[in-house]
Amino acid sequence: MVKDNHSHSAEHVLNLRLRVWRQRRGQPGAFEEHALQGVSTSASFLEMMDMLNEKLVRDGKEPFAFDHDCREGICGMCSMTINGMPHGPLPGVTTCQLHMRNFRDGETITVEPWRARAFPVLRDLMVDRSGFDKVIQSGGFISIRAGSAPEANATPVPKDVSDAAMDAAECIGCGACVASCKNGSAMLFVGAKVTHLNLLPQGQPERDRRVLAMVRTMDDAGFGNCTNQGECQAHCPKGITLDVISHLNRDYLGARVKAFFSSTGKVRRGGD
Amino acid sequence: MALTGLVLVGFILGHLSGNLLFFKGPEVLNAYAQWLHENAALIWTARITLIVSVIAHIIAGISLTLENRAARAGGPAVEQTRRASWGSLTMPYTGLVVLGFIVFHLLHYTFQSVALGGQTFPLASNPAFTDVHAMLVAGFSHSGVSAFYIISLALLSLHLSHGVSSTFQTLGLRNERWRGRLDVLAVAFGWIVFLGFSAIPASVLAGCIK
Ligand code: HEM
Ligand code: SF4
Ligand code: FES
Repeated sequence: MVKDNHSHSAEHVLNLRLRVWRQRRGQPGAFEEHALQGVSTSASFLEMMDMLNEKLVRDGKEPFAFDHDCREGICGMCSMTINGMPHGPLPGVTTCQLHMRNFRDGETITVEPWRARAFPVLRDLMVDRSGFDKVIQSGGFISIRAGSAPEANATPVPKDVSDAAMDAAECIGCGACVASCKNGSAMLFVGAKVTHLNLLPQGQPERDRRVLAMVRTMDDAGFGNCTNQGECQAHCPKGITLDVISHLNRDYLGARVKAFFSSTGKVRRGGD
Repeated sequence: MALTGLVLVGFILGHLSGNLLFFKGPEVLNAYAQWLHENAALIWTARITLIVSVIAHIIAGISLTLENRAARAGGPAVEQTRRASWGSLTMPYTGLVVLGFIVFHLLHYTFQSVALGGQTFPLASNPAFTDVHAMLVAGFSHSGVSAFYIISLALLSLHLSHGVSSTFQTLGLRNERWRGRLDVLAVAFGWIVFLGFSAIPASVLAGCIK
């Protein structure tokens, strides 16, 4: 693995060979090879892709489609598997925050989309991550009466609880965990969302319903099952840990047991 | 997987401690085997629990593997692994070898129908029971059979080195602080199982026990 140890050393330029995935929706894809000269080591990976696309346009060829938005590591849109590693060789950063100084001159770089059944390729390097949206729609929220704003300190949150919830809330929904998982499992993402909301007092009323619904939606969306290998944690740009999966499992088991033994209601007697 | 696996781990511990009586000599081991077989209720409860757990564990394992293969959709052209352990990556394969081993092992010592050359081992003091000690010495005198046992045990231990720690995660009983400790515990358990069980064929092969 390349370390980002000379990050601020003098800028220089790289000549690269790129193998980039080309695919149209519903059709089989293949790698295309391109040479790219004069890439600054200070460029981000996405800026390097922009250079490649500009060159392709100048040559009258079709540019590669890829997702991106904020380019500052917070939106979760960028999504490339670089040399087999979602978000590339530097742990703890998104593709947009990966700089070309992490690559060598003359290197061949393979760029692929996220690969998982639940993330079908839309075009080239863009995949359809609506499976994540469905999971969020099924329980990634809290229901409140939206009246006038409540007094900010009306609901006390212990510091350790808020810290743990905010750590989990760092997840930007990029999907690198699914792409890195040998089982195409979304447990790190779902675990992060469940942990975040189920820890906070505001999330308590819907706690059991949330975890059961989100797990069911995750399974229906075609994600695989976690076998506790930990690749997701090693590739997550936000440092989400397997703790959230443990938390998810604990809440899920608890909710299943409670649902099984829940009261079946009042005895109905005569009258009405 | 976790719950059935726990039952199997419990069995392995029990079986290992029983087997190690081998080193206390024929009388102790045979008395233990005789006691087991005289307690029909005990042995059949254990057997039925085991059979149910083994079958459930295998069905869950196979469907898990197939579902996960499909969900991966072939994976990337370039595969890179950052931290998944070797044991975790080979679970379906080591599991299948252990299944093959269990079938052979049952035919070998429970039914005494393979690799013993048709010999029987009646206990001198009570011919209705088996002289388990003599049977093991005869069985493990074949180097091929012993080698198969030792290799299978190594793979079983690899299986356990992931499975034992993974069980805690699945049940929601693990965090970053405990993960390292439980991983060490699982590897240690794997080694204990490997060395403990293998000591029997190894000592017979080496000629220490006759
Ligand atoms: C060197 C290692 C081992 C030795 C010497 C050994 C020895 C034996 C013997 C003598 C029996 C028959 C007992 C009797 O019917 O009187 C037996 C049964 C059995 N063994 Fe092992 N064993 C070993 C390792 C294992 C391992 C690693 C497993 C599983 C992972 C295993 C699973 C079983 C099972 C399922 C039975 C059947 C129990 C029953 O009859 O209900 N054995 N073993
Ligand atoms: S858990 Fe990490 S890798 Fe997975 S979606 Fe969230 S930020 Fe991305
Ligand atoms: S483009 Fe927003 S995180 Fe990379």
